[in-house]
Amino acid sequence: RRLTMMNADLRRERAAATFQPELLTHILDGGAERTRRRKEIEALVINDPDFQHEDLNFLSRSQRYEQAIRKSSLMVMKLREYGIADPEEIYWFKSFVHRGRPEPLDLHLGMFLPTLLTQATPEQQDRFFMPAWNLEIIGTYAQTEMGHGTHLRGLETTATYDPATQEFILNSPTVTSIKWWPGGLGKTSNHAIVLAQLYTQGQCKGLHAFIVPIRQLGTHEPLPGITVGDIGPKFGYDEMDNGYLKMDNFRIPRENMLMKYAQVEPDGTYVKPVSDKLTYGTMVFIRSLIVGDSARSLSRACTIAIRYSAVRHQSELKPGEPEPQILDYQTQQYKLFPLLATAYAFHFVGAYIKDTYRRISGDINAGDLSELPELHALTAGLKAFTSWTANAGIEECRMACGGHGYSRCSGIPDIYVTFTPSCTYEGENTVMMLQTARFLIKSYNQVIAGQRVSGMVSYLNDLSRQRIQPQHVAARTVSVRINDPTSLVEAYKARAARLVEAAAKNLQAELNHRKSKEDAWNRTSVDLVRASEVHCHYVIVKLFTAKLSEISNAAVRAVVTELCLLYALYGISKNAGDFMQAGILTDAQITQVNQRVKELLAIIRPNAVALVDSFDFHDTHLGSVLGRYDGNVYENMFEWAKKSPLNKTEVHESFHKHLKPMQAKL
Amino acid sequence: SVNPDLASERQTASFSVEGLTTVLDGGAEHTRVRRAVVEVIERDPVFSRENQYFQTQNERYEAAVRKAVHLQKKMHEMGWREDGPEFIYIYRAVAGDVAFLLHRVFMRSISVLGSDEQVAKWIPPATKHQLIGSYAQTELGHGTYLQGLETTAVFDTTTQEFILNTPKISAMKWWPGDMGRSATHTVVFAQLYVHGKCYGVHPFIVQIRSLRDHSLCPGITAGDIGPKMNFEHIDNGYLMLQNVRIPRENMLNKFCEVEPDGTYIRRGSQKINYFTMTTVRVSLLSDEVILPLMKACTIAIRYSAVRRQSKLNPGEEEAKILDYQTQQEKLLPQLAAAYAFHFVNNYLHKLFDRGYKEIQERNFNSLPELHASSSGFKAMLSQYCTAGVEICLRACGGHGYSLLSGLPSLYTKILASCIYEGENTILLLQTARFLVKCFAAASAGQPVPQSVTYLAAVKPGKCPAKNKLDFLNPDIYVEAYQHTAIRLSSSTAAKLQDLIQSGVKKHEAWNQCTVQLVQAAKAHCHYITVKNFVETVEKLENKAGIQKIMKHLCDLFALHGIFSNAGLFLHDGYISGAQMDMITASYLDLLGVIRKDAVPLVDAFDFTDKSLNSALGSYDGNVYQRLYEWAQKSPTNQQISPAYEKYLRPLLHNKLSKL
Repeated sequence: RRLTMMNADLRRERAAATFQPELLTHILDGGAERTRRRKEIEALVINDPDFQHEDLNFLSRSQRYEQAIRKSSLMVMKLREYGIADPEEIYWFKSFVHRGRPEPLDLHLGMFLPTLLTQATPEQQDRFFMPAWNLEIIGTYAQTEMGHGTHLRGLETTATYDPATQEFILNSPTVTSIKWWPGGLGKTSNHAIVLAQLYTQGQCKGLHAFIVPIRQLGTHEPLPGITVGDIGPKFGYDEMDNGYLKMDNFRIPRENMLMKYAQVEPDGTYVKPVSDKLTYGTMVFIRSLIVGDSARSLSRACTIAIRYSAVRHQSELKPGEPEPQILDYQTQQYKLFPLLATAYAFHFVGAYIKDTYRRISGDINAGDLSELPELHALTAGLKAFTSWTANAGIEECRMACGGHGYSRCSGIPDIYVTFTPSCTYEGENTVMMLQTARFLIKSYNQVIAGQRVSGMVSYLNDLSRQRIQPQHVAARTVSVRINDPTSLVEAYKARAARLVEAAAKNLQAELNHRKSKEDAWNRTSVDLVRASEVHCHYVIVKLFTAKLSEISNAAVRAVVTELCLLYALYGISKNAGDFMQAGILTDAQITQVNQRVKELLAIIRPNAVALVDSFDFHDTHLGSVLGRYDGNVYENMFEWAKKSPLNKTEVHESFHKHLKPMQAKL
Repeated sequence: SVNPDLASERQTASFSVEGLTTVLDGGAEHTRVRRAVVEVIERDPVFSRENQYFQTQNERYEAAVRKAVHLQKKMHEMGWREDGPEFIYIYRAVAGDVAFLLHRVFMRSISVLGSDEQVAKWIPPATKHQLIGSYAQTELGHGTYLQGLETTAVFDTTTQEFILNTPKISAMKWWPGDMGRSATHTVVFAQLYVHGKCYGVHPFIVQIRSLRDHSLCPGITAGDIGPKMNFEHIDNGYLMLQNVRIPRENMLNKFCEVEPDGTYIRRGSQKINYFTMTTVRVSLLSDEVILPLMKACTIAIRYSAVRRQSKLNPGEEEAKILDYQTQQEKLLPQLAAAYAFHFVNNYLHKLFDRGYKEIQERNFNSLPELHASSSGFKAMLSQYCTAGVEICLRACGGHGYSLLSGLPSLYTKILASCIYEGENTILLLQTARFLVKCFAAASAGQPVPQSVTYLAAVKPGKCPAKNKLDFLNPDIYVEAYQHTAIRLSSSTAAKLQDLIQSGVKKHEAWNQCTVQLVQAAKAHCHYITVKNFVETVEKLENKAGIQKIMKHLCDLFALHGIFSNAGLFLHDGYISGAQMDMITASYLDLLGVIRKDAVPLVDAFDFTDKSLNSALGSYDGNVYQRLYEWAQKSPTNQQISPAYEKYLRPLLHNKLSKL
């Protein structure tokens, strides 16, 4: 990196850091060796002329799709050429090639192939896997419909078995049943795994998956009975051809139903699957990826906003002195540093889920599913919690960059529009929170019934112990030490216990008033969502705190501890009502917490740039003029703007078409 | 035909929708004029926004210019005048999608800052569009902090000219609308230098493009600043000046003038000018901030009444998502806020009308209050409404993410309002400065402006509410808001005082308190908004059905604010933990009550389908059919896939299978 060219402010910031950013990068990557390998893969992409192209901000949607397809096909070939096969390494390679954006083969690589591996019979694997591996078959995963998303049981597409011809007849019986949104469906794929309600022998057997060819191999024209296309422009995802699919009496052979678990025999007899819990595994895995994605997207936005805030000078703090860096304003620090701490927290949470999933998925294959319910419940809530927080945080970062944040050259608009759908896909966030709540209420009821619960909800066990002494949780005295992360974990734990209990009691009160369980659940759902949120918040503070003891380098541990304290204290400050109402903290303590938050802002300030440098995003990947590593913002904004499509001609054609005639007339 | 799920919502309305529309418009005559304007605009195909979501930046820009030109013709044809009753509805009807908005700012700044001769020289040709103006204030390196601008204008006595320069890259003018491609002239703000002495920022009229062939004038570098989150139709521009000479008469000189010999003269009071800038912040609230939230609520609530998902009770059909408490909790507070802000906007307009009259009588006493109000409310409303639109967007699940829902473009447009006309944090700090000053004055028994007299009413105490119904009494919650606003102002003022007394320098003490100051300013605006909502509801007494539903919305707005900021209200024990539980209970009960009228409440905003331009939010609720039809119009479905022949075919056919 060309230090001589570096903006003087950033050079000063980096020189003043109290720790070595590389050491923290190693922790984020999971070891120095992983960092080395990541950078090696990054270099393969960045130094490859095949992966260069014009700034995507200046391309039309159709051009962006074309670039993405071009790079995707090269990517698949090069991955094999380089022999990169480890899933994490493939992920790195892919995200460098596509610079953190989606691409049309995402669903083929991420859903179609894995689904074949897990749900196809050996015979089906023989027929489909190698052609799909070699991309003669490009597939997508067609689940959501116009009328239904997260609530899968409501899907309306039908697959009716015809024993006479041994075929399934697929239909989209209503407008709402048209498959809508699947990535790569509009223009790219020639096959789709379609989820449909299975009808055989006159009975509905629920949702099943079918391999459906949709375009003619060779001409790529849609097959008769298939209507397929692109769903039009979206907020982001320009490079992805999210599509629609309508099927009219479209017939596929019986063997195209994925039959590793459930089966339809030639005569139409339906054979039930052994366990339907197995499919949870994939969902848990994908949701865990979203937690990691929340961390990375927020980290990118923080990197941009913090570097830019160190370069931008504005107004005056002290009369008569030069304009200060905007990062020196308390309000700016208050916007950005809690987000920086959040980004670190989410990184550690993402790593935790990934490790736990690895451990448990070993057990799943061995048939032990006992830990699955908790992990499923936990990832649902954490997916929602982290994606909501990151979504809002990215916007905060953009707003903190003032007017220039609004320009696409800042890169943050793109991070935002790419990230924000994760609040919806793979399970709408509110629904996810309610899934976690269901688990929390179940655990609470177990405790009330005298059983003990384990894992992250074990704090609920304490509730019954307190109930022996006739004392409300709220009256419990907790002596919170605001400079001790472990003590703060206890405070968050007490808050979670109180709000889970409050939600459970409100639910019970509704049940006492009304007959229907569902109605009571709905009338308590705002409380239930809050209970899930505070549970997740507790888990995150706990995991962040646990991480501290694993850091061996003292300087790094010191700065990460400051971030951890800021994360925990800022959360208390922002949710002071919960802590006061539960009697966990007094208003005097809240005042101390507020004060301590502001002190921590000043303490973190000298390391702010080094802390975002540790995320180690390459400029190409960051895609931001404001967040460049060298900080040469203004001259590069000018260079960037000159490439705008409106600047292609000196005098725009609308001058001759509209302006001139008008001036002549008036 | 109307989707039965929406039709049934309308049958059970507890109030007259038309009656409420009239209340919102401020009288039946206004409603009539508004509808007439909308009708004329929407019938004209030139103003159609039908294919907007499929257009490129270049196409959007061209359409905006075409519309602007056509609008001139239309206004002439219809006899609509800039000072006529129709004018305020025109911009709304074209949904802001026209060029030359800065041309109006250009003209206004000449009218306000220019001498009589300058007005006579520039305004007639500008009115006839013989020149197109822009307004070049912000630079790459500076926005809200105007004193920091770096462009220079040096007076040359020998030629009687100003020499304008962009001395460094950060001084380049950046962002001004209409400047990238359209404008021929612009008002440039630059640091004035005479005989080596700097006199601060002044406005100069500079020609940038030829009136003959539109090419750039000598010494001018200008262009478009590139793609943004929205405003694709506007050519926000950059401008670099290299030794550009303009005559002495081009400095706008109503208040300041440089005489031929270089003598600098300041005359009259700039306070009126200051007042004009302040009014801009208030004038944008209605169309740029509140209206987008109303539109977003309309789309999201209608869609939530049509979308059915999952079952509330086993055996029944799938439930409307609007029946889920969590969905109500997302949308209904936004709806209540849209009404609250509409009414507080009326309050601000009254405040400014009164202020304007006083100022015309050379009485400038109300300026600080007007300035503080415009800053604080612009910041609070734009922040709140931006967040509200985003909540509506996300409440529509996957389909909200499609541009065809109309929500992404509403969002990307409204969020610019958090920055332009003053960055929100800085504006809130200006309001806070006023509050701290007034608090000190009030404590010393001195008179303070009307909107802050409450600051003198410091009285420690406890909220008297005994049960959840007490919290539906406006006296109870207005008092709670007032108490919290006073507490935040007074405690921050006290802390500031402590720091200064302990030897911390004044500016440093201020920076250390800014987080709290921002909080105090927000609490003040929130209090005024609640109080004004209550007063507005009281005045609706002759409209029983409307008053009742507005009272519910007012309660919801107030209780939601307490529920969401519980810590602030619990802090000194004014509200107890047990009372907070009552507030929560009352708040959740209200959701169920307002739910019944949710669709009529958005119908009352009276948006046409064309103005919503949303596949999800149309009046008839035929959501899915429309979404499918619109998607088929997408260019991606009408052209051959550009990637197929080049990349997909080789991919599918041979290359990889050899690997």
